[in-house]
Amino acid sequence: MLLSIDHQTSYRYEHPQRRIVQSFRMTPAECESQQVMGWSVEVEGACFGASFTDGGGDLVQTMTLSGPASTIDVKITGTVRTFDTAGVLKGHQELNDPGLYLRETSLTRVDDAIRELAAETACEGALDTAHAFTNLVAERIVYSPGSTAHGHTAIDTLQAGQGVCQDQSHLLIALARSAGIPARYVTGYLLTDAEGKYHEASHAWTELFVDGLGWVGLDPTNRCCPDERYVRLGSGLDAQEAAPIRGVSFGHGTEIMDVAVTVMQMAQQ
Amino acid sequence: MKKEPFSEMYVNGKVRKAYAVLSEWYNTCDPDELTQKQKEAETLFRRIGITFAVYGQGQDAERLIPFDMMPRVFLESEWRLLERGVKQRARALNTFLWDVYNRREILRAGIIPKHLVLQNEAYEPAVVGIEPARNVYSHIVGVDIVRTGLKDFYVLEDNCRTPSGVSYMLENREIMMRMWPDLFKQTRIQPVEDYARLLRHTLESVAPAKCEGEPTLAVLTPGAFNSAYYEHSFLADQMSVELVEGQDLFVDGDFVYMRTTRGPRRVDVIYRRIDDAFLDPLCFKPESMLGVPGLMNVYRSGGVQICSAPGAGVADDKAIYTYVPEMIRFYLGEEPILKNVDTWRCSESDDLAYVLEHLPELVVKEVHGSGGYGMLVGPASTKKQIADYAERIKQNPGNYIAQPTLALSTSPTFVEQQLAPRHVDLRPYCLVGDKIELCPGGLTRVALTEGSLVVNSSQGGGVKDTWVLAD
Repeated sequence: MLLSIDHQTSYRYEHPQRRIVQSFRMTPAECESQQVMGWSVEVEGACFGASFTDGGGDLVQTMTLSGPASTIDVKITGTVRTFDTAGVLKGHQELNDPGLYLRETSLTRVDDAIRELAAETACEGALDTAHAFTNLVAERIVYSPGSTAHGHTAIDTLQAGQGVCQDQSHLLIALARSAGIPARYVTGYLLTDAEGKYHEASHAWTELFVDGLGWVGLDPTNRCCPDERYVRLGSGLDAQEAAPIRGVSFGHGTEIMDVAVTVMQMAQQ
Repeated sequence: MKKEPFSEMYVNGKVRKAYAVLSEWYNTCDPDELTQKQKEAETLFRRIGITFAVYGQGQDAERLIPFDMMPRVFLESEWRLLERGVKQRARALNTFLWDVYNRREILRAGIIPKHLVLQNEAYEPAVVGIEPARNVYSHIVGVDIVRTGLKDFYVLEDNCRTPSGVSYMLENREIMMRMWPDLFKQTRIQPVEDYARLLRHTLESVAPAKCEGEPTLAVLTPGAFNSAYYEHSFLADQMSVELVEGQDLFVDGDFVYMRTTRGPRRVDVIYRRIDDAFLDPLCFKPESMLGVPGLMNVYRSGGVQICSAPGAGVADDKAIYTYVPEMIRFYLGEEPILKNVDTWRCSESDDLAYVLEHLPELVVKEVHGSGGYGMLVGPASTKKQIADYAERIKQNPGNYIAQPTLALSTSPTFVEQQLAPRHVDLRPYCLVGDKIELCPGGLTRVALTEGSLVVNSSQGGGVKDTWVLAD
């Protein structure tokens, strides 16, 4: 599949800001399931620098903008050719040891309820367990946009019984780690058709490490493995670490963020 | 257990060579004059403003650490042994740090259990694959050492992040030279005054590849409210470099700059005295006000060197400590020169059972604790204290390690107008850059209470000047 992505993030500030610094994790890495045909990240008037590839294989860039600035627009456009690898991440270059992804973070903390749930759901092998956990999250956590708040943890989500893809992924990560399966948060894009259940083009899912197979993508929101409709952008221990944009601005007043993402299928050539 | 501690001054009732000059000098002194001088010394310290904040005490948090005029003395031959041991450790710890953030050979070889490193709070995933200049992570290694015999030295802990106290080493010497200039004329004491120059050289030697010409250094402090602020400003001053706070630095493009009265100036090497978590809100704590947004990205792309390197703390973790001798064998193919203290990890059930049974003779510490807080010194504790502590261990065994109570050596200390033996430890400061240097001296801490083994200044310990004498 040939997918075209258009991702615009706008920040509007109540008062002009003196300086804005952002760290981007917004460039997809190549692997067997995706070939990047073209990709650009643009911010008018900004200075880009300090870029490197992190341990997870993601390209990180730094954007600085000297003010006064009352708006910034981050424009991402790209074309990616995707392939279905049955959810298995193949040919992805990274340095991190899978064991690293057993670390607990505040968003993926495990309590007794999660620990017990993981213990009673776990199956014989890691792959079966991974699917069982994915189904469990899909059943227990009703997808309901607007039901969640920033900073919701896996524990909060299990108690609330509802959430969005971010919450479902955090719970799946917590379950997996508590069962000794390395797990991480993945951000990306998803092609959704008009009749599709969800219309979120900007998406998040989970990868679990299965011995013998490697990293396997699992999407508890859509109860499936990522296929050619998915573009993988970046990963981290949780949503905060994997965030496509982390930023700080120097100045007064409030900030309003607006995101518009479209993913379209292009005619194959 | 009841073995007499090693006396550094006397052996079989005779004065050892190391203390011969000092002993002779002391015998010519009038106790009243010494008491007077002791007061003068304290006034000098107060005038300099060198104070230490004591945590966990409501009022009067900033106070002076008591200074003892009687120096602690090593002969050059003894020091050479220590020097080799500390340098060996500093090399192994730095190799370990490079390894765990790159190839992880020591984990693959099964020498250290993977989870102890990869899931360690001090292990920093954000720097995996990043190679700092000269592959050095810990540029100032402070090794806490105790002596139990003529040739027996044990390492209590390593400090690979930002070991403090070096300003005391320098100030103690300065005060001693002012009080007793004649004493320094008649003895060959190795100088420590070179430390600031060596530190500056070390920091300059790890400038990143992108730095052209002479590197610009800065000392990054959390601010005046920090208990070690005096030391931060002192070291910046001694090295003739800027002392900055997070708000004085900013990132632009590939580099980090400091605001100066003459406009922005690029900074190549940052000697930071703030914790990893507060370095950069874009990488660590998003709510941190102390940090510099984007600093970690500049570091990771080779635009600035941060000393010590973020993530260096995993090498001085108490759980990793027990593996340092294995590290030395694995990386250097050498036998450890300095000994490790036997350590029981309460996270392991056999060890826990042993510890709970032997509490009255053990020292128990919190894995992530420091400064002598929250520890149990079995032989010095009451039955009730021991029973209460046992409950705390049972609540969360993984949080505790235990060690035998060592008979720390004693050094003569001036108390109540006369000399009395008091237990001491030592923290020398090893600098790692293009070379590995150990300043001939260090910070000697002394437990001023008779029989006490706790030398921490927060628990009423004092400090002494530390001499290395030509044999």
